[in-house]
Amino acid sequence: MTLDTVKHATETPEAAQPWKELGLKEDEYARIREILGRRPTGAELAMYSVMWSEHCSYKSSKVHLKQFGEKVPENDAMLVGIGENAGVVDVGQGYAVTFKVESHNHPSYIEPYQGAATGVGGIVRDILAMGARPVAVVDPLRFGAADHPDTKRVLPGVVAGIGGYGNCLGLPNIGGEVVFDPCYQGNPLVNAGCIGVMKHEDIHLAKASGPGNKVILYGARTGGDGIGGVSVLASETFDSTGPSRRPAVQVGDPFQEKLLIECTLEIFRENLVAGIQDLGGAGLSCATSELASAGSGGMRVELDTVPLRDSSLSPEEILMSESQERMCAIVEPDKVGRFLEICEKWDVIATVIGEVTDGERLEIFWHGEQIVDVPPRTVAHEGPVYHRPYERPSWQDALQADDAGALPRPATAEALRDQVLQVVASPNQASKAWITDQYDRFVQGNTVLAQPEDAGMVRVDEETNLGVAMATDGNGRYAKLDPYAGAQLALAESYRNVAASGAKPLAISNCLNFGSPEDPAVMWQFAEATRGLADGCLALGTPVTGGNVSLYNQTGETAIHPTPVVAVLGVIDDVTRRTPIAFTEEGQLLYLLGDTREEFGGSAWAQVVHDHLGGLPPKVDLERERLLAEILISASRDGMIDAAHDLSDGGLIQAVVESCLRGGTGARLVVPEALATDGSATGDAFTFLFSESAGRAVVAVPRSEELRFTDMCAARGLPATRIGVVDGDAVEVQGQFSLGLDELRAAHTETIPALFG
Amino acid sequence: MTALPSPATTLDGGPSGRGNIRIGVVTFPGTLDDRDTQRAVRLAGAEPVELWHRDKDLKQVDAVVLPGGFSYGDYLRAGAISRFSPVMESVIDQAGAGMPVLGICNGFQLLTEAHLLPGAMLRNNHLHFICRDQKLRVETDRTAWTADYAVGQEISIPLKNIDGRYVADERTLDMLEAEGRVVFRYLDMNPNGSLRDIAGITNEAGNVVGLMPHPEHAVEPLVGTGRTDGLGFFTSILKKLVDAR
Repeated sequence: MTLDTVKHATETPEAAQPWKELGLKEDEYARIREILGRRPTGAELAMYSVMWSEHCSYKSSKVHLKQFGEKVPENDAMLVGIGENAGVVDVGQGYAVTFKVESHNHPSYIEPYQGAATGVGGIVRDILAMGARPVAVVDPLRFGAADHPDTKRVLPGVVAGIGGYGNCLGLPNIGGEVVFDPCYQGNPLVNAGCIGVMKHEDIHLAKASGPGNKVILYGARTGGDGIGGVSVLASETFDSTGPSRRPAVQVGDPFQEKLLIECTLEIFRENLVAGIQDLGGAGLSCATSELASAGSGGMRVELDTVPLRDSSLSPEEILMSESQERMCAIVEPDKVGRFLEICEKWDVIATVIGEVTDGERLEIFWHGEQIVDVPPRTVAHEGPVYHRPYERPSWQDALQADDAGALPRPATAEALRDQVLQVVASPNQASKAWITDQYDRFVQGNTVLAQPEDAGMVRVDEETNLGVAMATDGNGRYAKLDPYAGAQLALAESYRNVAASGAKPLAISNCLNFGSPEDPAVMWQFAEATRGLADGCLALGTPVTGGNVSLYNQTGETAIHPTPVVAVLGVIDDVTRRTPIAFTEEGQLLYLLGDTREEFGGSAWAQVVHDHLGGLPPKVDLERERLLAEILISASRDGMIDAAHDLSDGGLIQAVVESCLRGGTGARLVVPEALATDGSATGDAFTFLFSESAGRAVVAVPRSEELRFTDMCAARGLPATRIGVVDGDAVEVQGQFSLGLDELRAAHTETIPALFG
Repeated sequence: MTALPSPATTLDGGPSGRGNIRIGVVTFPGTLDDRDTQRAVRLAGAEPVELWHRDKDLKQVDAVVLPGGFSYGDYLRAGAISRFSPVMESVIDQAGAGMPVLGICNGFQLLTEAHLLPGAMLRNNHLHFICRDQKLRVETDRTAWTADYAVGQEISIPLKNIDGRYVADERTLDMLEAEGRVVFRYLDMNPNGSLRDIAGITNEAGNVVGLMPHPEHAVEPLVGTGRTDGLGFFTSILKKLVDAR
């Protein structure tokens, strides 16, 4: 086969090219020809196809994501914003924290273990590339119905993959979610988040500057795995009749990644890199074009110097390969020696594959012949932008009119008791310990809080006890009912979870999981959700530091629920003041903070008891969320509360049961006379227990602090209602029912092992 | 909350005038808990010394800890490759000469691969990685690493592994029990199918101890499980070494 050089491409303008097979549209191919003034070579076509994929170029979402950069709240914590590998925020004492959540949805459906494992690997390298030591991971996961046979294939593989990879890296897994819903059948959502810590001066950026600087590829050898992962896999709707996509899934080696982390951190310590980028989606195509595009000059790469696992790979395949555990660094010539020495120390293969030039082109050679000659910005940053049509779906009104408030409620105390048991034992509300016990949460010795706490928390500085907390939340059911409100509810819940742990919410990252952008209804959901999130972040004062979009999560015509997942990062000056969820001591007084209304649209109760999704999600009041957070943080700092638990899906009873089981204590609850300060809901036990009104938390207050705490709430105008006391070995709702802790524990903990164990 | 013991003040220059007690912590490629172990050593009042797998030089340490992790990715078998690293030549020599050695998790696996301890570790019987706060019973205080515990004492420290099922032939198990060389047993539940609930063992001399759970993750009331039940390993060795001076 003749090599398709730049010269050859110029001479054969009419040669047929497989642009369609590579996932490009006809007009995109035409634009590439226009940019180059000739047909692209095979290698150039490969690069454009992966870099212009939905996954890498954000071509459908860009016009909406813009808002995150426009509606920016005043917040001086931002050090590095959207556009880099991950955003960076200042957490004080000279420390900076970088965090991000990414999706690995499609690969995890095809090959659950490797898909999930390499999802962890990819996000960890993103964090590492910013100059930070990764300190914790979290995994928001969504699967099809818990009792569906395919969920039994996907979930255990995903969990084993996350554990197999993350545990081997030595990163504590401190949080995340596990949600089941039939809408994710065939399109599980495997999102992976990572937090990294560094000193301000250690921040590194992905850019190639300084002519003569060397381009070093280091880490694993390049193989044939993951070719076209971002284009044909992540950016298309699944079609069950097509060929198996398995070769497009990457295969991970966590041992290699662990070496890469330690090696890279040592390289950072000696200040040896001028720019750095990890190789993830789109592999070398992405790393070289992004580094060159963000830098000041051009770049020349000798592609035949890339160490290969399979010597028969073509230049196109090498450029597209998504082999894991690789990084690309820009290094000044006099530092190359030391760089290579450190790589040798860690048994990491490192190769100088090119250099930064003073030109403006990215030029790639294969055994001396030029196969790529492109302006790097056109590959990396100036891809196509689509203004996809969007339209509120015709069924939205009917869905919202199907009010969950009209569903039959339990008529007797006994029926109420049964429904409580049903909800706490349902797969979504049941304990996820069977899953999270497969992840190491202790390694690194800094884990202050981990699942099932409201937020994960790690200590950053052993001397000062500075710490950071992170929570991730999303609720596709709410978002389906109202994507604008649903996105804000995800933000509010994550924000509330961080505050409940005692940390101050600082900034957010997101992972936006949606169906096909080519469907105007899905695009409307996306537009609404991003608008809701941007408005919400402005109101809460938490900027968006970056994020990830995963589209095409649909099978045939059926899209998943719109599922924006929000990760909120918080900071706590003294981790010894953190607030756990456990009710531990008899006599602690239980206070319900916030207003409770008759809000059941999208609730766990409606799903579990009636298999119902309709009506409107809970009302959003971000001012209230802010006030609640301030109270929770003050109470934690001043030692006024012993425990706090946010109220979300499952309502008050779910939170109380979780806090009781965590602490091994019971609670006696009394239904208050009024549930909301505006008198909109009177005290009925059902609403009290199952409503999912937002902006609420339950706290355990030591008797000695009661007056101080209630005074503070009254002075700040936050409704605080005494609802009971920690006592005994049962959860009792006075005048209604009593459920023994043993019975609750069995109901809550046996569901998941029974399904998957 | 249990208060942390104050760092052994007698060790600054020490009454013996020989400086700090130095405890080496080996880093292999893929080791994860080396920095945690160094912290535990420091909190107990000794000086942690980093040892590198490629160096035979043990830097004149008084004792060595082989920490947890996935050395060489656990490829082939856990500990099977790292057992042949240069540092292990010295560790094996010195262990034979009586130097205290503690192997935690991957370190325990490594000690069995190096034949410093009998038996072997297989995949957990349920085939999953398991991370939990594990209750143990201390079966002997007659080792270099457990003198600060009482026989029969119940402690809780984190367990986290996928290859934690201790096995040996019946004769070896009988011998270990007859000689009082079972150091820890799992209590309440056997988390991995280990024979006779064995969580940790020692050699004949009592200087080499291996166990699957992680004492270095239970040394501060603030982090991990919130307990300090693991600190006794590090205070035990410190006292022994101070007394020996």
